[in-house]
Amino acid sequence: MVRILGGLVGLGFVLALLLGIYDTVSNWIKTPPAATAEHEFHEHPRKAGFSFEGVLGKYDNRQLQRGLQVYKEVCAACHSLRLVSFRDLEAIGYSEGQVKTIAKGFQVPSINPETGEPATRDGLASDRFPLVYANDVAARAANNNAIPPDLSLMAKARHDGPNYIYSLLTGYKAQEGYKNEKGEELLKQFPDTKTPQGLHFNPYFATLNLAMAQPIKDGQVTYSDGTAATADNYAKDVAAFLMWSAEPKLGARKTAGLATLIFLVIFCFLAYGAKKQIWRGVKD
Amino acid sequence: MSFPWAKQYEPKHPLMKWVDDRLPLPRFVYNAVGAGYPVPRNLNYFWNFGVLAGMFLAVQIVTGIVLAMHYAANAGIAFDSVEHIMRDVNAGWFLRYAHANGASMFLLVVYIHIARGLWYGSYKAPREMVWLLGVVIFLLMMATAFMGYVLPWGQMSFWGAQVITGFFSAIPGVGETIRVWLLGGFAPDNAALNRFFSLHYLLPFVIAGVVILHIWALHIPGSSNPTGVEVKSEQDTVPFHPYYTAKDGVGVGVALIVFAALIFFAPNLLGHPDNYIPANPLSTPAHIVPEWYFLPFYAILKSFTFDFLWIPAKLWGVLAMFASILLLFFLPWLDTSPVRSANYRPTYRIFLWVLLVDVIVLGYIGGASPTPSVILIGQLASTYYFAHFLLILPIVSMMERPRPLPNSITEAVLAGKGGTSPAQTALAAE
Repeated sequence: MVRILGGLVGLGFVLALLLGIYDTVSNWIKTPPAATAEHEFHEHPRKAGFSFEGVLGKYDNRQLQRGLQVYKEVCAACHSLRLVSFRDLEAIGYSEGQVKTIAKGFQVPSINPETGEPATRDGLASDRFPLVYANDVAARAANNNAIPPDLSLMAKARHDGPNYIYSLLTGYKAQEGYKNEKGEELLKQFPDTKTPQGLHFNPYFATLNLAMAQPIKDGQVTYSDGTAATADNYAKDVAAFLMWSAEPKLGARKTAGLATLIFLVIFCFLAYGAKKQIWRGVKD
Repeated sequence: MSFPWAKQYEPKHPLMKWVDDRLPLPRFVYNAVGAGYPVPRNLNYFWNFGVLAGMFLAVQIVTGIVLAMHYAANAGIAFDSVEHIMRDVNAGWFLRYAHANGASMFLLVVYIHIARGLWYGSYKAPREMVWLLGVVIFLLMMATAFMGYVLPWGQMSFWGAQVITGFFSAIPGVGETIRVWLLGGFAPDNAALNRFFSLHYLLPFVIAGVVILHIWALHIPGSSNPTGVEVKSEQDTVPFHPYYTAKDGVGVGVALIVFAALIFFAPNLLGHPDNYIPANPLSTPAHIVPEWYFLPFYAILKSFTFDFLWIPAKLWGVLAMFASILLLFFLPWLDTSPVRSANYRPTYRIFLWVLLVDVIVLGYIGGASPTPSVILIGQLASTYYFAHFLLILPIVSMMERPRPLPNSITEAVLAGKGGTSPAQTALAAE
């Protein structure tokens, strides 16, 4: 009885699927799917070559500090970093005093202690990076109806995040005459995809056009450690800094991981030896 | 409930004797996972995965309880409370990555455990109840994993909850009412998040309870083995402790290496980047995909694209997705072959290998963008999935002529074929 009912149910599903297959194939033949500009011209991120990649890779504190400088002088005009506390910056090589100075450079929301009216005060080490806009409406009003996303987790919120940030920042191109790796020209293949007014063409962005204009140019930020002041370096450094802001415990994690793996490998050998010893003389 | 030659518990310490006389808990443990449980001597390493599943359940409960001390189940602050765990709680990053990857490990070892059961016919009489309880555990795990994935309240959490609860709206007439009742609102929000958290905390203990029943039911007939031949005499068995505690120790070590590699070196490999974006009801992600362990079932859901027999395609998909798991309940009666182990079933085992490939293909399709070729492959693979269990299996088990079985486990062991694995069978055949 179970087998007869099961067989009938099975036949039902199989028939529904076979009709679906017929449907899929006939639709496929009748209307072959059109290629989309996003599919043909969206580029995967280029590799920037970061110090924190690989099993033993660690953050380079000097690079993170340069990245913080780029964030402060360029990105922070529009993008917040709301999950990071100033005190966290001690982890990238700043002293307690330096952290206090950095925090002081930001105004954070407060109340006037006499009147209770909204006010601002200098940042403290225990504060988080303040929001740039009071709310989404203010953010949209100031940015041509686009909300600049918070950057705290950006490096983990995109596929291949750090390389994506690096590629996006250095990937602005003129759309006129843009060709992909196969040598196909975007506007010849898809004449309707001309970048709309107020957006900017960038093949590393999922929809190829984004609201943010090219934010960094060579020479825009002055590094004090002798690193060349190029847009490529800015992009790399700020991408590394944003990876740190998204994953501040990466160094501790890898150190603990190495110790754990060494322990477990020894454990496995011991366990295997114990098993051999116990099973000696018993054929299995 | 055990073999007559099973060792009896003899307390060594007066205190244990005192306890055992008043509450025979030491005796109970001794008979369950100690020297008092005789086990076939020829179990291969595939028999480690039950213990491994138990271990990962324990890992999930322990890490989960500590995470719940820091997590806030409120739609306004849930996302930030997870980041608080990652940044400010001592070793919080470890707890969260262990819990997230622990779920993957738990489901991975359970999938291998299920595959082991399929290959060696562990679901057959007299172990049907073990299998049925196992399917119940699997269903509870899926519900728990889904609700756990909603808790961080990222984009995939939110939209996953939207899609999964949307299944219920496919029920004719009352579907939408049921969906709203389940969510406590018209869309996932604080009410849904709170009840998911409550149930996510409850269900693991229900799982633990059913695991105890699962082991209890197993200990009535005792463990199966790679030959599928029942235990006949004392020389067919060894005591669970120390023989299988030692063998399980090796499996535990290897599983922990895989687990540690994920936690410490690729903690976000199995996650989705979109879940690091806070939930936003106004912005739908380009591709809503569940976690990897649901992808085969998600592919089955998406494969039904045709309104057939007045049943809309969406309802077909939902019915098929639930049926694809629920049919496992009927497996002991769909398979009528008297032979348990596929090692001795030359035709059936070919279909089992196809099923394995089929499920992996479904997993890939479940995560791929729905182009016509992807949909077509998904439909073909779904067709095989249902045909395998509901049409091929009953017919093959009637027609097939199995290979001769060994007379006893010991005979197979002495011939060097006691613990033959599926791969060895495939290589040795023909």
